[in-house]
Amino acid sequence: MQNDVLLEVNNLKKYFPIMRGLLRKKVGEIKAVDGVSFALKRGETLGLVGESGCGKTTTGRCILRQYEITDGKIVFDGEDISSYSENNLRKVRRKMSLIFQDPYSSLDPRQSAGSLVGEPLKIQRILSSQGEYNDRIEELFRMVGLDPSMTSRFPHEFSGGQRQRLGIARALACNPSLIICDEPISALDVSIQAQIINLLKELQTKIKDLSYLFIAHDLSVVKHISDRVAVMYLGHMVEITSSSDLYKNPLHPYTQALLSAVPIADPFVEEEREHIILEGEVPSPIDPPPGCPFHPRCSLAIPECREEVPELREVDTGHMVACLRV
Amino acid sequence: MKELLVVKNLKTQFKTEAGLVKAVDGVSFTLNKQEIIGLVGESGCGKSVTCLSIMKLVRPPGEVVDGEVIYQGENLLKYSAKGKEMSSIRGAEIAMIFQEPMTSLNPSLTIGQQLIETMEQHLGLNYKAACKRAADLMEMVGIPKAVERLDDYPHQFSGGMRQRVMIAMALSCNPKVLIADEPTTALDVTTQAQLLELLKDMVEKTGTSLILVTHNMGLVARYAHRVYVMYAGRVIETSTTKEIFANPLHPYTRGLLECIPRLDEEKARELVPIKGLPPNLINMPPTCAFLPRCPYRVESCYREPWAPLRSVDGKYGEHYTRCDVNTLEKVR
Repeated sequence: MQNDVLLEVNNLKKYFPIMRGLLRKKVGEIKAVDGVSFALKRGETLGLVGESGCGKTTTGRCILRQYEITDGKIVFDGEDISSYSENNLRKVRRKMSLIFQDPYSSLDPRQSAGSLVGEPLKIQRILSSQGEYNDRIEELFRMVGLDPSMTSRFPHEFSGGQRQRLGIARALACNPSLIICDEPISALDVSIQAQIINLLKELQTKIKDLSYLFIAHDLSVVKHISDRVAVMYLGHMVEITSSSDLYKNPLHPYTQALLSAVPIADPFVEEEREHIILEGEVPSPIDPPPGCPFHPRCSLAIPECREEVPELREVDTGHMVACLRV
Repeated sequence: MKELLVVKNLKTQFKTEAGLVKAVDGVSFTLNKQEIIGLVGESGCGKSVTCLSIMKLVRPPGEVVDGEVIYQGENLLKYSAKGKEMSSIRGAEIAMIFQEPMTSLNPSLTIGQQLIETMEQHLGLNYKAACKRAADLMEMVGIPKAVERLDDYPHQFSGGMRQRVMIAMALSCNPKVLIADEPTTALDVTTQAQLLELLKDMVEKTGTSLILVTHNMGLVARYAHRVYVMYAGRVIETSTTKEIFANPLHPYTRGLLECIPRLDEEKARELVPIKGLPPNLINMPPTCAFLPRCPYRVESCYREPWAPLRSVDGKYGEHYTRCDVNTLEKVR
């Protein structure tokens, strides 16, 4: 029987060395991801939110093994890929792909739309004949709502929203089971954002067992598209819960502050809401505070919070929190 | 006198090789004392150009071709952009906070030099007094170790801190009008909340008025008293914030509200995207600019010129719109 879990990340760490001086001596480390664990089921969308520098993008890149990971384990589709060689990774990467934030800079301007979408097929040597290849590209264009007659056009002839559709078609090319969406809509105008969100949701209903890891800073969008949401702060996972519970019952003080900072487009609701305003800024990941990463800004902090990093533990069915005070 | 700034029929155009771009095409609005108004719309709707026109900062090939900007009884548009009158108003009476702080701060001067310079010029303070006030301002906008940081250069600040510096600079001469053009778009939400709360406090405590330019309907709902929704260089609907959100009448305003997910919704409802793209502002047809994207359009829309703003009954205050979804639905 096939395992229900597609991706399992266990205590993932990624430290970037800081090199200085003539001899490029290592003088420190940026702890971009510092012990992150979560699991993603088949056909599920897990949202990964947090503010800039919290390590959400790095987490995505580590799963794709674009970075060598410092420590931890990544199990994808039953295989431990944490120390796979490039050769072994090629086969795995067929099953996972990435949608980038900026549809302007992530598409090669000299390649036609058709060849951009078909490139992964060629790299993975999936299809045998030219006819099959052309059919697949046509199919991919239709899937993302682009006219297949546009295959010979170049990226600059497409609007921002259409370019992001190209990016999605390219990500779908090899029939992946996991797509990592890294801020896929933040470069687009509001009216276009909805089109892309709807497209991503629609694809998931059409393609059986397609999972998304949806990385974004916009909490409303993440909550809208995800089944579960994971909140990150300074390289740590602070809370994981179902999307429906996120707004109703946030437990971690950081999640509460983050939710409260997002304005709701309804003046009547806003009038009633309590606004938690955090003090100060996110500390540097080069020299993170000891213990709980959030304690310097936390209104509930007690001396113990300074001593140990709180473990992510299940407090309710499917609701995980890393906080001593919960 | 309640009205502080009145913009009447403002028109700003850009002469480009492709043709004449009517970026702002007859915009009118009023800003009252101690009020926050929201200018909302998608990129290219003319909201930033409107602000630049008020400040007389539109550069060639752009030009303000018509309209009035009346500030305390004087029409600012009759002054020359580089003249003495404008210099004494810009920064001192009307100040602006830009979207990208890195491009609006001088990278080769320290933050202190930039702050002090403005205050020496506008407030006539001596160097020592200006230094003192600069440090106070930095502290007020939430910059730790304010006195030491005056000697730092812009690149030594993080994005959020730079935007705080911009706000400190804008507030340095106690302006009566503050124009914030997408002040927090590039920042994280918790920083956004900190900065907007600060601006709101300013309005409440010092009696400054704020024009908040944004595409974020949530920010408008949280902070603005009144809203002007812009499309293709014109105001298409305006009212109090409550009225606009409770009873949006223009198809575009409805579209803007239906295409964004809400944090507090129980179950994810399907988003309704606005079809198509914003119009090209060159050679605009005389009909409604939103017509090609409008889901409510009727046959007569293609024949009639773009309707002006007209008054409708509002439950939460005066309400003006160019179009009314309810009438269109009756015709259909």
